[in-house]
Amino acid sequence: MSSASLWRFKQSSVIPGFGITLGYTLLYLGLIVLLPLGALVTKATSIGLTGILSTAADPRVAAALWTSFGVSLIAAGVASVFGLLVAWVLTRYDFPGRKLVDAMVDLPFALPTAVAGIALAALYAPNGWIGSFLEPLGIRVAYTPLGIFVALVFIGLPFAVRTVQPLIAEIEGELEEASATLGASRWRTIWGILLPPLLPGILTGFALAFARAVGEYGSVIFIAGNLPYVSEIAPLLIVIKLSEYDYTGATVIATIMLAISFAALLLINLIQAWSRRRYGYV
Amino acid sequence: MSDLSAALPRPVESQLSVVTERKLVRWVAIGIALAFLLLFLVLPLIVVFAEAFKRGLAGYFAAFQEEDALSAIGLTLTVAAIAVPLNLVFGLAASWAIAKFEFKGKSLLITLIDLPFSVSPVVSGLIYLLLFGAQGLWGSWFMAHGIKIAFALPGIVLATVFVTFPFVARQLIPLMQEQGTTEEEAALTLGASGWRTFLTVTLPNIKWGLLYGVLLCNARAMGEFGAVSVVSGHIRGLTNTIPLHVEILYNEYNFVAAFAVASLLACLALLTLALKSFLEWRHGADLAGGASH
Repeated sequence: MSSASLWRFKQSSVIPGFGITLGYTLLYLGLIVLLPLGALVTKATSIGLTGILSTAADPRVAAALWTSFGVSLIAAGVASVFGLLVAWVLTRYDFPGRKLVDAMVDLPFALPTAVAGIALAALYAPNGWIGSFLEPLGIRVAYTPLGIFVALVFIGLPFAVRTVQPLIAEIEGELEEASATLGASRWRTIWGILLPPLLPGILTGFALAFARAVGEYGSVIFIAGNLPYVSEIAPLLIVIKLSEYDYTGATVIATIMLAISFAALLLINLIQAWSRRRYGYV
Repeated sequence: MSDLSAALPRPVESQLSVVTERKLVRWVAIGIALAFLLLFLVLPLIVVFAEAFKRGLAGYFAAFQEEDALSAIGLTLTVAAIAVPLNLVFGLAASWAIAKFEFKGKSLLITLIDLPFSVSPVVSGLIYLLLFGAQGLWGSWFMAHGIKIAFALPGIVLATVFVTFPFVARQLIPLMQEQGTTEEEAALTLGASGWRTFLTVTLPNIKWGLLYGVLLCNARAMGEFGAVSVVSGHIRGLTNTIPLHVEILYNEYNFVAAFAVASLLACLALLTLALKSFLEWRHGADLAGGASH
């Protein structure tokens, strides 16, 4: 009877251990991820939409959110452009030390954010290796929004490189040969034939870099200067609210940030669905 | 994420001139890319060691004679020693259930497993405070029973488990899906028990992918800053991990000591990258399950 029922949760299999592994997976997922995130949702619901909006309208909160989103957008854009260049150079050209450079691209993934933060702050401080060159030009990076930008480009770069790199490797030589044979200039081939299929990868990398940048904390706070209304990021404001025992304020900022990063995630999925239809791959 | 990079194939040495750029263009592009990477990746790494050794070897090692530094190192090792095995067991269970069976709601489950990657580290800490903090949902109950979770080891472990949650599972799921179930079915048909099939058939097939996932999981567990910062309470010598100790030293303008302790984490990052690259070059085919995304 049960095997004949129309709707079956699981297809039959001779392999054992389904119940226990799925059960453990769901239990662990529930306890570690869903329950705590549920606490956030519960708290946000108890505050209500009007409460959330009134906290978000607080000038300092609004300024921090704008700083986080604005600088993250610009940084993700710059990381995407240079990420494309780096991925192209690493995949298409040969030069000494190529493999070493390729391994280094993942450094921002591996280097703890606090270490990156103090290193960038030391580099770009007015007496630092880079800062002392920029100081006479009147450019201040450390302790300004420009410092946040530098830290977020650092964090976003590997996302931009690693999403485009496999697509560049998959470019089929016949296409560009055909294009060249038909008389197109090299630049026209690049713009017309090679770059368009890379677009989904570039956009996915951009969205991943942006989502990561919005929530980034450790690498930013040391170089940002953290001046309220100027260079204070939203995650730092959460920490400040928590240290003042303002759980409500912290929850509101966290809820808004979560909503934005889920929107970015949704965007990634839409890009990939579109890409699958348009190009037949992700 | 970081598992995207497959083994790097070598570009064709002598490409037809029509399908590559002019030599000058190539070298300018390489130059710009390398200059950018030097500025953004290499210099930050070098400056850590330069600042750490600013007052010579004696100044460097003085940072590690402090009681607080040693207890921070001890705490970080303890946290990683609990969090990584927990996520390892979870990763194995989740990938077995997802890769070896067909059931409804599988893609939703994969999305939920990925969820912690898209949550800000600070928010990852905050959600545990909302449960276990003094004003949290269950905070007063735990406090009444004398169990400290927030601002103590359990809170730090929980936050670390959360931020490193997907690493092992994400690495294993595509790999095991690619490998399918035929080898396991053969072993079971020949009379091996389920457990023996896992140990002698599945585990050897996934060992490099498993090691890769554990490596990345461990690097993040030892280096996590934002989430741990929120739940730790920064009690010196008690709830400070290595990254939090770096922050405290830095904020006290004790730069040499801050960078000396930070250099430990930088070495961990370099070691992780070296092992990761080695695994990709030597066992690239055993790491990725087909399409690497």
